[in-house]
Amino acid sequence: MKEKSKLNQFTAHDLSGLIKDKKIESADILSSIEGRIKDIDPGIKAYVRREDSSSNTPQSEPALKNGILQGIPVSLKDNICTKGNNTECCSMILKGFKPPYNATVVKRLIDAGARILGLKCNMDEFAFGSSTENSSFGPTCNPWDRQRVVGGSSGGCAAAVAADEAVIALGSDTGGSIRQPASFCGVVGLKPTYGRVSRFGLIAFASSLDQIGPITKDVRDAAVALKVIAGLDALDSTSLNLPVPDYTKSLGNDIKGIRIGIPREYFVEGIDEEVKKVVLTAVDKLRDLGARVSQISLPHTEYAVPVYYIIATAEASSNLARFDGVQYGLRVEDKEGIPGNRLINMYKATRGQGFGQEAKRRIILGTYVLSYGYYEAYYLRAQKVRTLIKQDFDRAFDSLDCIITPTSPTVAFKLGERVKDPLKMYLSDIYTISANLAGIPAISIPCGFSKENLPVGMQILAKSFNEEMLFRVAYTYEQNTDWHLRKPMIG
Amino acid sequence: MAIDKNTVKYVAHLARIKLNEDELDLLSSQLESIIDFIDKLKELDISGVQPTSSVLAVGNVFREDKPRASLTAEESLSNAPEKKDNFFGVPKVIE
Repeated sequence: MKEKSKLNQFTAHDLSGLIKDKKIESADILSSIEGRIKDIDPGIKAYVRREDSSSNTPQSEPALKNGILQGIPVSLKDNICTKGNNTECCSMILKGFKPPYNATVVKRLIDAGARILGLKCNMDEFAFGSSTENSSFGPTCNPWDRQRVVGGSSGGCAAAVAADEAVIALGSDTGGSIRQPASFCGVVGLKPTYGRVSRFGLIAFASSLDQIGPITKDVRDAAVALKVIAGLDALDSTSLNLPVPDYTKSLGNDIKGIRIGIPREYFVEGIDEEVKKVVLTAVDKLRDLGARVSQISLPHTEYAVPVYYIIATAEASSNLARFDGVQYGLRVEDKEGIPGNRLINMYKATRGQGFGQEAKRRIILGTYVLSYGYYEAYYLRAQKVRTLIKQDFDRAFDSLDCIITPTSPTVAFKLGERVKDPLKMYLSDIYTISANLAGIPAISIPCGFSKENLPVGMQILAKSFNEEMLFRVAYTYEQNTDWHLRKPMIG
Repeated sequence: MAIDKNTVKYVAHLARIKLNEDELDLLSSQLESIIDFIDKLKELDISGVQPTSSVLAVGNVFREDKPRASLTAEESLSNAPEKKDNFFGVPKVIE
């Protein structure tokens, strides 16, 4: 095979074919990926560079058998545990943390023959953010325009896949953290149904919302990756004992008669006109391909962001209580503080110094909404409104196969543009949060470009545990368009 | 709703986070606008609505109470900032 140095541009399913035909070896792919990282990552910063250089070399796990992902390199977000290899959630408080075990998804990838990259992908600290600017390692730059953000929080994963520095990456999605960066970078991002993929070994943010999912160059790779990582795991009691279908069987080029709903609440004030036009053009394309499209209403849409910022911060404040300077990571002693209470002073100093601004903001907001006298007014009320949001989707799916929306109201915004205004940043997730609140699966696929040549993503949502519908519609669209084949020009 | 500096200071203490004066100022103004925003939920009538704490319809998940392989003490302590014998080390609690 000629041009082995360009293997980094291939999809996993194409690489698998080349490996099976013995035209290439796994080592060829790894060296191509390593070369690409060396060439361009200093300008993109999709991967994090630690002082501990042992974690900075792409490393491979032994590939044992003829698995679905035999010999394919997979990159991971910095919150997915790999045994003995730094996993820090891009936070100072977890500096130097080397998990003593592998996450279940990592074990499953290895069992399927994948090779795990030692380098981890950049992210907003603890997945708190929508731009990857809240990373202790600094922001990742968008491969389509380096002055712009990659989205977040799985921004490093999306940039690595878009810039051909990764074949497949796994991220996590609590309110859009896989889909929104996939949209900003022009790649495919899937948030599976809550309960589809084990979170054991994913460092928790908000446990009633978190899911792990793939970021890939095309829909087929997302289907392959989900098949590998999905299914029951005794170590995560929220993973359900349901059969895992062969998702690649859903990849037929046919959506005749598929019923698609377009929620009017997603196309109102706040959406960029160009994004609106591109997404509606994509919907027209689906109509031309035989889908039945109708306008629908999801009346509680406007409450999704406030519900999310109560529930997600409340759960985060509880989950992040474990970072206390005792079991792992940073410890800061404090000689001043409350007299006679060195332990509490140590907790406070460690957390005060170890957490970044956004993490502090969210933990304090979460603690506030759970505190005495406010629990019912905020947390309990938010859980009730969550029920209303979920019911909107239940009702809609009585007569629909899927719902289509923009993934984000805008294309990638400029670096620094929203950093000082947390509320404005929170609104970046306005179209993605509802899927997490309702627990349903959603995928973002490229569906066009703005005049400034920035990618626009289309989000497809379906009923719980009906990822097959997402793959069917997304694949049919992809087969009849070529947005997913466009590559950013990187200097 | 007004979030004054003292409230932030108190909540930060509950959350065991030490904040400096600048952070207290910034957070009180930011939290105030975030709380104003989430107060939007108060306009909805939620009487009779059940809360959703998990979207899954399953109840508790049980397993047999049998020992199984887990981390060794050495592995569990491998990331500890301070350890002694087979324990995590912490600053003295009782002076």
